[in-house]
Amino acid sequence: MNQRTVLYDSHVAAGGRMVPFSGWDMPLHYGSQLQEHHRVRAEVGMFDVSHMTIIDLVGPGSRAFLRRLLANDVARLSTPGSAIYTCMLNYEGGILDDLIVYLRGEEHFRLVANAATRDSDLSWMRARLAEMPDAAQLTPRPDLAMLAVQGPMAELALAKVFSAETMSAVHALSAFQFIERPEGFIARTGYTGEDGFEILLPAQAAPALWRALLAAGVPPCGLGARDTLRLEAGLSLYGTDLDADHTPQECGLGWTVALAPAERDFIGRAALAARTPRCRQVGLVLQGRGVLRNGLTVRLPGGAEGRITSGGFSPTLQRAIALARVPLGPASLCEVLLRGQVLPARVVKPPFVRHGLACVDLNSL
Amino acid sequence: MSQIPADLKYVSTHEWLRATADGSLEVGITDHAQDALGDLVFVELPEVGREVAAGEACAVVESVKAASDIYAPVAGRIVAVNSALIDQPEQVNQDCYGKGWLFRLAPASSADLTALLDAQAYRDLLNQGA
Repeated sequence: MNQRTVLYDSHVAAGGRMVPFSGWDMPLHYGSQLQEHHRVRAEVGMFDVSHMTIIDLVGPGSRAFLRRLLANDVARLSTPGSAIYTCMLNYEGGILDDLIVYLRGEEHFRLVANAATRDSDLSWMRARLAEMPDAAQLTPRPDLAMLAVQGPMAELALAKVFSAETMSAVHALSAFQFIERPEGFIARTGYTGEDGFEILLPAQAAPALWRALLAAGVPPCGLGARDTLRLEAGLSLYGTDLDADHTPQECGLGWTVALAPAERDFIGRAALAARTPRCRQVGLVLQGRGVLRNGLTVRLPGGAEGRITSGGFSPTLQRAIALARVPLGPASLCEVLLRGQVLPARVVKPPFVRHGLACVDLNSL
Repeated sequence: MSQIPADLKYVSTHEWLRATADGSLEVGITDHAQDALGDLVFVELPEVGREVAAGEACAVVESVKAASDIYAPVAGRIVAVNSALIDQPEQVNQDCYGKGWLFRLAPASSADLTALLDAQAYRDLLNQGA
């Protein structure tokens, strides 16, 4: 029996096509994944992401623990109300998960990690915390729900359901900042490549917020659109683009590893220093017709081979795009083996789409 | 509930067939199939003139979710394809029994039409799977 979020009945009532996802019954779409995708790029849409793992960390050892646990450095969070994206590595430098850390107070953090890695994350964190000299309390928060309201009109949509006072604080938020208001924990973060917010609130309050946003004209969007939006935005997905066998550098996430200060001994640091990357992440745009899929083989000039980690059709570009893991070395063109055909594709640097606009020049394809 | 027009024939791989005035058979995918696939983004059609065996993969429909082979329901020769789908694959989602047809084939003399399912038999098949 899969778990259900507090919004399950709301999804069914809205015509959601429910599918199993990481042990949860979640909406794939509510009729048309493509329409949902376009609505988020052009206007606004909302996603139930309550399946994500939310963990609070409080106590005198919190900061020191996260500076040991995570490859990015929470010391970069100078004031409460700010957040960073980071990988959590194993001792070999492989990625155990990617997550966002929100600083709520001096020794008070909130972590939002993936749904599929919930159990392994918690047991890893608890084991590593036990090795630390100072105590901290790790508290999973299944009592919270999480809604993502994403798109260029996201702030306008929130203004229809939140107080004017809250909205003036929301308006002042930059990306990766958040506020805590009576309506909920409101963060300017997301997974679509658009402006938008992620709102964490008590689960029992989520259906009313969902209904209010629906009444304000915000369409519900499913995991299908969430996947094509994040792929266009060049954002990696744990389990396909990121895994424990690859380092952040090998997955296009080298920028999230804070190597300064040199004395910060985060888990995986020594391995990363000793290890030469074996591959890199690139973006692919198929030149002709067809759809790139996960797992397809990519052949570079010279014969070296790589593999597509996330492939799909870009509704914005009307082309097949992919994230791929390829051998090191420059390349601007490659071939993809698709159903016995050899199809030419351009190698590009993600993202493919940001803020509604193409980041790759389709005319040069 | 899927639409299953009573005047069409079906096969278990979720293609439908319609007898046309010129004796060819029009082929498409069923409402159940388009619904399960989700939004189509790409359709690959066979070449006109190609001879196909019953059950032979001869077209591909790709949705946002997956690629799916389309099988020739009976043996024959492809006599027409719905080229409009190349630019408008969404017609399969919008009108799978009409504008969303995929190809027409002239059945071979050996083609066995008696093995095709009628609407009730196809409905029973879907109900078993559900």
